[in-house]
Parts: sequence; structure tokens; C-alpha cells
Amino acid sequence: MTMDVTTKVALPPKGTVVLEARGITKRYGQVTALDHAELELRAGEVLAVVGDNGAGKSTLIKVLCGAVVPDEGEVLLDGKPVHFRSPLDARKLGIETVYQDLAVAPALDIATNLFLGRELRRKGPLGGWFRLLDKNRMRREAQHEMDQLKFHLPAIDSAVEKLSGGQRQGVAVARAAIFARRLVIMDEPTAALGVRESGQVLNLIRTIRDRGLPVILISHDMPHVFEVADRIQIMRLGRRAAVTTPQKHTMSQVVAIMTGAARGDEPVEANGG
Amino acid sequence: MSTSSLAASKRNAIGLGRLITMPTFGPLIVLIVFCAIFSLATKTFFATGNLSLVVQQSVIVGTLAIGQTMIILTAGIDLANGGIAVLGTILAGRLVAEQQNPVLSLLFALFICTSFGLTAGLLVSRLMLPPFIVTLGLLGIVTAITRLTAQGGAFPVTDDLLSWPGNAFAVGDTSITYGMIVMFILYVLVWYLLTQTAWGRHVYAIGNNREAARLVGIPVQARLLSVYTFAGLLYGIGAWLALGRIPNADPNALQNANLDSITAVVIGGTSLFGGRGSLWGTLIGTLIVSVLRNGLTLTGIDPLWQDLVTGILVISAVALDQISRRKQR
Repeated sequence: MTMDVTTKVALPPKGTVVLEARGITKRYGQVTALDHAELELRAGEVLAVVGDNGAGKSTLIKVLCGAVVPDEGEVLLDGKPVHFRSPLDARKLGIETVYQDLAVAPALDIATNLFLGRELRRKGPLGGWFRLLDKNRMRREAQHEMDQLKFHLPAIDSAVEKLSGGQRQGVAVARAAIFARRLVIMDEPTAALGVRESGQVLNLIRTIRDRGLPVILISHDMPHVFEVADRIQIMRLGRRAAVTTPQKHTMSQVVAIMTGAARGDEPVEANGG
Repeated sequence: MSTSSLAASKRNAIGLGRLITMPTFGPLIVLIVFCAIFSLATKTFFATGNLSLVVQQSVIVGTLAIGQTMIILTAGIDLANGGIAVLGTILAGRLVAEQQNPVLSLLFALFICTSFGLTAGLLVSRLMLPPFIVTLGLLGIVTAITRLTAQGGAFPVTDDLLSWPGNAFAVGDTSITYGMIVMFILYVLVWYLLTQTAWGRHVYAIGNNREAARLVGIPVQARLLSVYTFAGLLYGIGAWLALGRIPNADPNALQNANLDSITAVVIGGTSLFGGRGSLWGTLIGTLIVSVLRNGLTLTGIDPLWQDLVTGILVISAVALDQISRRKQR
């Protein structure tokens, strides 16, 4: 993180596989949360992961962001196996996660929240010996990023608690977008939000994808999924039941596969894997 | 760039508005009002000698309250800081009374106070025990050790080093003690740490939303440990300042200091729920309590009223905090 915090590594061409999970299995005592689950995220896409409660989507996401260590299987980032023991490991490799429960500090201002845990210090001895924060630079870069993401917020130094729920989640999403170098994982980012506020966050997801970062979106909300997803992975009983697109299947067909009423012939796509 | 300079000019334009919304503004007004009332009520209050005395009387609680502020900002509480400071005075006092090297005796007392801070920090951060219970337990332990060390006696301090914070020099006709200077330097230092460094932002974030702090990668355990340990060191320094103020290490001294430090933090506008507040507010809160005690004594009002007024102030401060938080939701 030198001058520009948003420096991204050279992004692979659209369509190449960025993140891959193979044969992921996770058991909790008698319960098998994941049973040889697979996932494939490609450059430049929003991949939605849907599934009924207990289908394993949350556990799969936790494996991908480092919060859960799987019993079996492997995760590959850019084709190379990676082993996450904590979310910090995943973050070091450029994977950022947005959690559904608005992981912000409400009393602190927007710029502070964006740089929380990754504060910028002044150059030279002031920053080195005296650990002096560079508040102006953080404010400036926070403003710049928000402008880039076309996300409109009140003054960058106003407290997050003064914002609406959608704007707060926008802060959390923006933080992930600023610091992610490979991909962003979003766990039910609209679950706590109203219709209009969800719209703001969905726009943000599109902007992030269009800037080149692939996104994994976990959601219960079918209309949201169909609005932003390029591909949809349907989880059932701890496995990948099908992968489809909003064009190939309707919402009710996807729900049917989710609940087991219809068979998802995995993999749906000929060029998958 | 133009937008940010615009924002800056806007910020200056609403400077007065910002001042009023500043968390220290309310406490500052209360302090000024009390000073005005006592200046009108008695001729002696506003005398420079008396004002110096008011500050001298704030030095011990004011120093303990720095540690208390840091801990409350992390959504904790410290019920043992008075007890730890008394132990510090007894250790240093007894060692010097037994002809030990004063420098080493003082360092030993500082070390023990810091160790108790470290212990509290380990229990709170590693074992996730509630700070209320941890420090309540420590208070019992520290008080017992104090009494065992003192063996029923007190230790008059004649050593120059131990009583140094009580030495004074005159600026004009105002007498300033080195203890005041030490306290003020500690306030500036901790203000800097809390507001100008990443460490301070982490302290606020942990108190404000601990889960969010963890998720963004702040080392929560390490930060909590550093807060409690540093607070312990400050209590040790508070012990030294206490020996300077009253050169007699007495196991029964500073009985109210702990609750006074919480009072000062709360009156100063820091939220007991953590994550909000300012260190200067605590200094003002300390001075409010001091001014109140001093002023009521000078006006000849029964000392019992002091505690009553202080109690009302504490409840008002907490009520204000609660109401403003409810409004935000």
C-alpha cells in the first residue's frame, strides 16, 4: 500500500478462473455441512451462491474467506493452492469479505471506518517514530474512492451512525472494494436493508464488478440475485446442485432446484470446470 | 481537491456549531458555571492560591482517571485503580522506610502496579472475563496485599524523590507543583495516543463495535492488553503523585479515588458503553468534582452536600448520554 491504496494487480482476462474450490467437505460432529462442494469464480463476474437454510452456502463462504478450515478439499487462487487459517490470511492474498451485520463502528466517521485496521501514517519520522496518522490523506483517498464508486454519502468526516442502513452497508462494501486485490465476498449484504437501500448496494456491486473485481454474492433474495448475478450457483445438501444464469432459468426454476423439486443436472454449463 | 477545500471552508464556517456539538462542550460549560457561582458566593474561591489548590487536589484522581478513560472507551470499567495506587504508595513507602534505594523502590512500586494492570488485561482479553468482575476481584486481592504489606501501620515519607511531585515553584503568585506538570504531560501524551495514532482509533473501535473491530483485522486482544497494562503504569504514577501530595503512605488513604475517577470520566462526557468520549472531557470532569468540593467547603455548606451534588451530576451525565444515544436510533 504505497501512494495509491487502490492499486490492483494486473487483472486476468475475463472468464479465466480466479478462485476455485474442489471437493470441500466440512463436518460438525454428526452433521455434514459441506459434502464435496465445488465452486468456481471467474474474472469479471458476479457469482451468486443461493441455497435453502442448511444447504451449506454459509459454510462454503466461510471456507473461502478463511473463517472455517475445511476437513477435506482444496482452495485454489489463480490456480495455486492456498491454505487459509484465518480471515487475515485470505485478506493478505487480496480477498475481502463484507458481512451481513454491518461491520462498522457507528461512532467513528466514514473515513476512519474505511481505513480502520489499515490506517495510513505520515511519512518520515512523524509517522515512523511518532506513529502520527495522516488524517488528511485518508480523508482525501476515502472521498476519492467514494467518488470512483459513484456512491454518494454526506461529508466524509460525518459519523457512520448518522447514515442510513444502506449508506452504512455502502461504507462496508466500499471498504472491501478499496482493499480487495483479487475478489470480494459478500454475505447477505442486503439482508438488513429496505428496497431503495438494497438498490444502492446492488449498484455498488455492479460498479465493483465493472472495475474488474469479481464478486461472490451470497443471498436469500432471488430478485436481487437475478438483478446482479452473471452466474448462479445453487447449493443443496452441502453440494453444488447446479450452476446456471439468470437467462437460462427463471426464479421459480432456481427455487425448484434449491428445494429439490427439480433436478439440477450438474454441471449445467458445458464449458464448466 | 477543490471539493475538499470547499469542505474545509465549510467546516470553518460552522465552527461554532461544531464547538457546541463537541463532546467536551457540555462539561466545560458546567465547569465555568460552577466557577462563576463560587466566585460570586465567596471571595476566597477565585484567589490564585485557592485555584492552585483545586488543581493540586485533582492531581491524583485526574491521573487515575486517564487510565479509567482508556478502559471505559473499550467498554470496560476499572474498580481497582484506587486500590492499586494505594498498594503502590505502601510498597514505595515501606521500602524507603527500610532504607532501600529510593529509585529502585519507586521503580518496584511502578512495576507492581503495571503488573496488576497486565493481570487485569490478560483476564479481560484472553479469558474474556467481564472487566467489572475482574477488577472487583483484583480490588480485593490488592487491598489484602496492601494491608499485609503495611501490617497495620503507615509510612511517613521523608525521601526527596518520593515527595518530589509535591514540590512547587511559583509563576507570578501562582504556585505550581511538579505533580500538576506530570499530570498535564500524561494528559497530552494519552490524548495524542488516543486521537492521533492508529492505536487510539482501535481503542475507540473496540469499545464501539468489538465484533466489527475484529472483522476488520484489529488485534483486539493485544489492544485490550496494552490498554490495561498502560493504565496500571498510570496508577503507579498516580501513587507517586499521591506521595507527593500527602507524604504519608497510608493503607486507608484514597478510599474514594476509584469511584471519583469513574465520576470524572462520566461527567466528562465519556460513554460507559464505550467507544465515545474524550480525554479532555475527563480532565474537565475531574476539575468539576474538585471545584465542587472546594467551593462548597469554602461557602461553609455541610460536606454531606458535596456527595449529593456529585451524585446528581453523575446520574445527569449518564442520562444525557443515554438520551442522546436513543435519539440516534
